[in-house]
Amino acid sequence: MKDEALKAVPVRHHSRWVFLALIAAGAVLVVRAFLDADIDYGVTRQFLTADNVLRGLGNTLLISVLAQAVGIALGVGAAVMAGSRFGEVRAVSALYVWLFRGTPVLVQLLLWYNLSLVVDTVSIPGLGTWATNDLVTPFVAALLGLGINEGAYMAEIVRAGINSVDKGQTEASQALGLSRAQTMRRVVLPQAMRVIVPPTGNQFVSMLKTSSLAYAIQYGELLQSAVRIYTNNLMIVELLLTVSVWYLVLTTIATVLQRYLEKRYSKGVQR
Amino acid sequence: MTVDIPVARRAPIVRALGVRKRYGDNEVLSGIDLEVGQGEVSCVIGPSGSGKSTFLRCVNHLERIDAGRLEVNGHLIGYREKNGRVYELREKEIAAQRREIGMVFQRFNLFPHMTALENIMEAPVLVRRESKAVARDRARALLDRVGLGPRGDAYPAQLSGGQQQRVAIARALAMEPTLMLFDEPTSALDPELVGEVLDVMRDLAADGMTMLVVTHEIGFAREVADTLVFLDGGVVVESGKPREVLANPKQERTRAFLSKVL
Repeated sequence: MKDEALKAVPVRHHSRWVFLALIAAGAVLVVRAFLDADIDYGVTRQFLTADNVLRGLGNTLLISVLAQAVGIALGVGAAVMAGSRFGEVRAVSALYVWLFRGTPVLVQLLLWYNLSLVVDTVSIPGLGTWATNDLVTPFVAALLGLGINEGAYMAEIVRAGINSVDKGQTEASQALGLSRAQTMRRVVLPQAMRVIVPPTGNQFVSMLKTSSLAYAIQYGELLQSAVRIYTNNLMIVELLLTVSVWYLVLTTIATVLQRYLEKRYSKGVQR
Repeated sequence: MTVDIPVARRAPIVRALGVRKRYGDNEVLSGIDLEVGQGEVSCVIGPSGSGKSTFLRCVNHLERIDAGRLEVNGHLIGYREKNGRVYELREKEIAAQRREIGMVFQRFNLFPHMTALENIMEAPVLVRRESKAVARDRARALLDRVGLGPRGDAYPAQLSGGQQQRVAIARALAMEPTLMLFDEPTSALDPELVGEVLDVMRDLAADGMTMLVVTHEIGFAREVADTLVFLDGGVVVESGKPREVLANPKQERTRAFLSKVL
């Protein structure tokens, strides 16, 4: 044998062409249906930058980021509690996850929005008393509903992350005299991040879209802006496509961000 | 039950009396008596499952003992005595006790997301509230001492096992402990890397550090240890000067073990 590159005829996989042909045929059907339909794509494009749509977009982004932040904070708390030495503390964490993961988020949103039917005033001793209706605006209800629900999912994700860190890491920190909190914050959680970040990115992508449920409680997010416009001009599909474009833009950006974070938190791990 | 306790020439740093530890029905330590004097090196050998690692982990309260007394620097570990009663210490107080006790693990347990320098600086900055600048200077000096001066910015995964273990020793020394515990520090190393870690430990012993070493390195024990302790079945079977124990084991169990490892 000489130093020649080995030349071999690759195995032919004819089935992939069949597969591709089927997909292409399906795509043609769908695209033609949309082109033949009475849809004015000019309207779709025109409303992409309409004031109301942009305001909805801003609100969607705002509620998603804030609710995810609330979810992460609650999730970390619940996950740390789930690892507690004390059974009562673990039980509270389990109850929280059970309750908020076990009921539909839309129901939770409606309950928060109608909180005044349960308690009509909220009072903090020394600070004052408010009517629940004034406190729980659509924004507050959406934030509570989406954030607290998200926390239940994040709790499971963070717990898996914490469990993925070798026990020797905790022992080494304890041996050095670090407190439990310091061990968690400086040693365990940073390493757990590698396991936590990918599913959290997934959760945020999901949150961007789930936030559209807040439409049901009068929160002025992206979907609601479209509905408001098409109830006037009856361009239903045009406007639903407008918001779809924006949702795709948001989720694409979120995915890029997720890749970046994944890289950052794999620091020190050899690939 | 009395076992011949090595007579400490100076005040003991570690004093164990009848230390017992059980996991469920399995008693791992069945009354350990042991002393390590100031500046002494005590090597603990014994078959696997003899309880030697468990005992070491009791000394800094990574495991809690079920019976007996365990003192470091004259203080009960993990407990406080008052008016004849024993009280559990709070988390904070246990952490304070552990600062006096350095520990080196079989699997290094370096923090993989921090560089070698950051590993060493972490506890001084967090626990002793040292400024980062001071901690970094001391960390550099410690890295020099273990022969890794230029590798401060390397992450653990970029270091060999021997280098990682030397960083781990430097990390423990950064808290300026009065006692160093070594839990089979060379067992996870490739044979050609064992020497560099033992060299660092030898230097440490020569500098007068009090050391309690669980090891399989009989050669190291013979050369460096002041006392050799043979543990089997959760009790100290025999202890004494390493050359004497190794050359003339008095107990049958010691003889049987040594015949397998020597």
